[in-house]
Amino acid sequence: MDHALDITLTVNGTQVSRRVAPRQHLVDFLRDELGLTGSHVGCEHGVCGACTLRVDGEIVRGCLMLAVQANGCRVETIEGLSDSKELAPLQKAFHERNALQCGFCTPGMLMAAQDLVRQGNKVSRNQIRAHISGNYCRCTGYQAIVDAIEEVLRTEVIHGKG
Amino acid sequence: MGKAELPLHAPGTQLDRGYIGQSVPRPNLQRLLQGRGAFIDDLRFPRLAHVAFFRSPYAHARIKRLDFSKALKQPGIIGVFDGRAVAEYCTPWVAVLAHLKGIKSPPQHAIAIERACSQGEACAAVVAESRSQAEDAVGLIEAEWEELPVVVDMEEALQGKTLVHEDFDDNVCFRRELDTEGAAAAFERADVVVEDTFHFGRHTGVCLEGRAILADYNAGEHSLTVYHATQAPHMMQDIFSRHLNIPEANVRVITKDVGGSFGIKVHVYPDEMATAALSVMLRRPVKFVADRLESFLSDIHCREHRVRVRLACTKSGEILAFDLDDLTAIGPYSVYPRTSGIEGNQVVNLTGGPYRHREYRARLNVVFTNKNVTCQYRAVGHPIAVALTEGIVDLAAQKLGMDPAEFRRRNLIADDAYPYTFPSGIKFEKLSHHQCLEKLLAVMNYRELRAEQERLRNKNIYRGIGLAAMIEVTNPSPAFYGVGGARISAQDGATLRLEPTGMVTVMCSVTEQGQGTEAIFAQIAASAVGVSLEKIRVITGDTGVTPYGGGTWASRGAGIGGEAVLQAGRALRANILEVAAAILTLDRQELDVQRNQVINLLTGEVKLALAELGRVAYFRPDTLPLEFQSELTVTRHYTPRQYGFTFTNGIQASLVEVDADTGFVRLLGHWCVEDSGTVINPMLADEQLRGGIVQGIGAALYEECLYDPDGQLLNGNMADYLVPMAAEMPDIVCAHVETPTRQSQLGAKGVGEAGTAGAPAAVMNAINDALAPLGGARVTRMPFTPERILDGIARARSRA
Repeated sequence: MDHALDITLTVNGTQVSRRVAPRQHLVDFLRDELGLTGSHVGCEHGVCGACTLRVDGEIVRGCLMLAVQANGCRVETIEGLSDSKELAPLQKAFHERNALQCGFCTPGMLMAAQDLVRQGNKVSRNQIRAHISGNYCRCTGYQAIVDAIEEVLRTEVIHGKG
Repeated sequence: MGKAELPLHAPGTQLDRGYIGQSVPRPNLQRLLQGRGAFIDDLRFPRLAHVAFFRSPYAHARIKRLDFSKALKQPGIIGVFDGRAVAEYCTPWVAVLAHLKGIKSPPQHAIAIERACSQGEACAAVVAESRSQAEDAVGLIEAEWEELPVVVDMEEALQGKTLVHEDFDDNVCFRRELDTEGAAAAFERADVVVEDTFHFGRHTGVCLEGRAILADYNAGEHSLTVYHATQAPHMMQDIFSRHLNIPEANVRVITKDVGGSFGIKVHVYPDEMATAALSVMLRRPVKFVADRLESFLSDIHCREHRVRVRLACTKSGEILAFDLDDLTAIGPYSVYPRTSGIEGNQVVNLTGGPYRHREYRARLNVVFTNKNVTCQYRAVGHPIAVALTEGIVDLAAQKLGMDPAEFRRRNLIADDAYPYTFPSGIKFEKLSHHQCLEKLLAVMNYRELRAEQERLRNKNIYRGIGLAAMIEVTNPSPAFYGVGGARISAQDGATLRLEPTGMVTVMCSVTEQGQGTEAIFAQIAASAVGVSLEKIRVITGDTGVTPYGGGTWASRGAGIGGEAVLQAGRALRANILEVAAAILTLDRQELDVQRNQVINLLTGEVKLALAELGRVAYFRPDTLPLEFQSELTVTRHYTPRQYGFTFTNGIQASLVEVDADTGFVRLLGHWCVEDSGTVINPMLADEQLRGGIVQGIGAALYEECLYDPDGQLLNGNMADYLVPMAAEMPDIVCAHVETPTRQSQLGAKGVGEAGTAGAPAAVMNAINDALAPLGGARVTRMPFTPERILDGIARARSRA
């Protein structure tokens, strides 16, 4: 830890300071240092999307960003967006349509889906499929996930929340 | 689950009919939706040590020397161990089964001792305070190797000029021949004989969660608690006990959330056994989670078959016989304890399965190579058997100029022909091929699609429609593994307990890996006892808690575990009525349990809430007659025994468009009609089909573990090994025919593997149907990459 660096960042609204190894990935920092195990590690090379997080409002791969790069940033995880209820409509739709089986991809999938919901545009099923095409799910075959996101988007657009 | 905003039942659910057949959302999903699950890597333990493995860079090499001195000096290192050190604590295993006559495999150690037989085989273990420290030290192990000749190609393996194991005379792990004796004559008298050779790429499961184990040895008790991402906790309890020499009663296997398994997590892996041994050696908890590269190298692979198949039929389109010759390569070891002979054996058992021919000849060779091991992955053998059958059936129909649907209609076993014994010896209780075919053609609007296909061909748009009828092994009896000597339970058990509050706790030996086991058990238990769904809590995946049983594999959870839950639920209801009769001093025949209450059966009058019954039974039994003892915990077990397997059947269709210039395949639609007996939860059954179909599409179009001639895996990462992603997948229409099995009261058969069984064949046939106008171009080597499709088109053009 000779080259350890001090970082301070906001995670789910709470400021945290830690001394971290420069090589530590942001997702490992969240999991191992903060105990926020909801962001999952699936491939560690940026393909599967299981570690999708929100940093300063943009979704990123927690395995492609170093913890030190998040110094001064605002990081939001599945736990934070669950507690704030921001994800509640998607979580409800995923639940009702069984848009998850093992649940390992689900936090990342919800983070990616919420990014689309926040854009507030009317989109087609194919556009939904394209938006989540960086998130791997081995269980569902994706259709139920697309259904769930489509339903939330429809409701959000109708209610003008977008 | 919290006081959820979520409904406990889907819109339209009718509670008065019980929950069976209702699309009830899974009650246990909240934690997964909030990122608050308990996957192995989420668990936090004091003094937890982490292991990383030093893996062979060679496909075949003798370990001449391992030098750990630099590794041992690294910060955080607890220990570095070679194969001999670990073997002191963990005995080797040999994966054979008595009913697979002649199968052989050499002893396999947790850590290779003298020789690595495939790239990625663990040759040393480094234990450290963190995973990164362990990995750093792995990089500092110095090894001296003597490279040995490698066998990579399975045809060469069969010839046996170079041996994978010097102790054997050849590279054949298992061989099987089957002949109904009339096959040769049938081929002679046939009007039409068609033949083709199909190749199935080696692929793997790619569970999003890597294999994971956390073993915690307590030296004070000589006990081992293993948190294990496994499908078969009791099987693993037995194996840890026997190979680590710890009494079985001192071994507890706990399976919490599992991030996908699909058969990958039902086998014994050397690195996982080593992890358990290291916990014993170090007297502290040790964790191993396979990273993505390790997963590609060391999770079981599957398939890799080359099969020549022939079909004989009359000119009127009656199939007379099938003949097949299957060669499959399994890597250097048969995988423990299920063996690697099963997949090929299933190909022999199942090929031709939906059809009514009486003659059959098959030959199977299962050979050793110096690639990673293969074993049972979702649908085991079925994708190959179905693709062979349906591929050659389509070729026969094409040769006869007959519509593929009509050709199948003429040859599928009649729906009134059951019970039926197929020429390979397997027995069908009751199938519904014709109902499924007709339903499929209606649901997909087959005729219209054919007409559209014809119209588009005139515009040089090449669409294809592929059909794939199938049979599937589900609810296996002890004939699958037990008779061969494997300590794998075909039986499952369920314990139901009425709690003092009127809640019902269900404990079942079948595990949950996301398929919805716990949800359907809740539905069955609530219906059987007479309570509403929110009164049920289900516990699975703990050998210290649940009854003994087999777990999750071979599409058995609903049919076997579900029946045990049903039987236990009915028994509990009867016992509840005994208690109610004692409390109320009424005849129990007058009483029933409905909606969490004891009621008068005739008048419907509410007599007693279950919460009140529980209070009296547990806290005031002094008020009950002296001779009366309430029994509000019951256990029941179930094993299917009348048939070796409870076969299901179904049929799939795929609609594709092939770009003749680029070779790209676009999936436009996919349909599946499945008969899995009683459907307990239609939504979950459909989702099993859809997920399975997409895995089958992966095998058909994208997935292949590519090796170079030295046995090096070329694409062991998710950028180079392609998996189905959302953008390329079609919407999938599912429909059901319900023919309940009469072996059980529940009537459920399995549904988890049907999608994967039939999808590759349907996609293959659709592609070849699309290519047909292009000079009869044809592809038979999965996965059907654009390159292979363009090759197929080029070959056809050069023939023309």
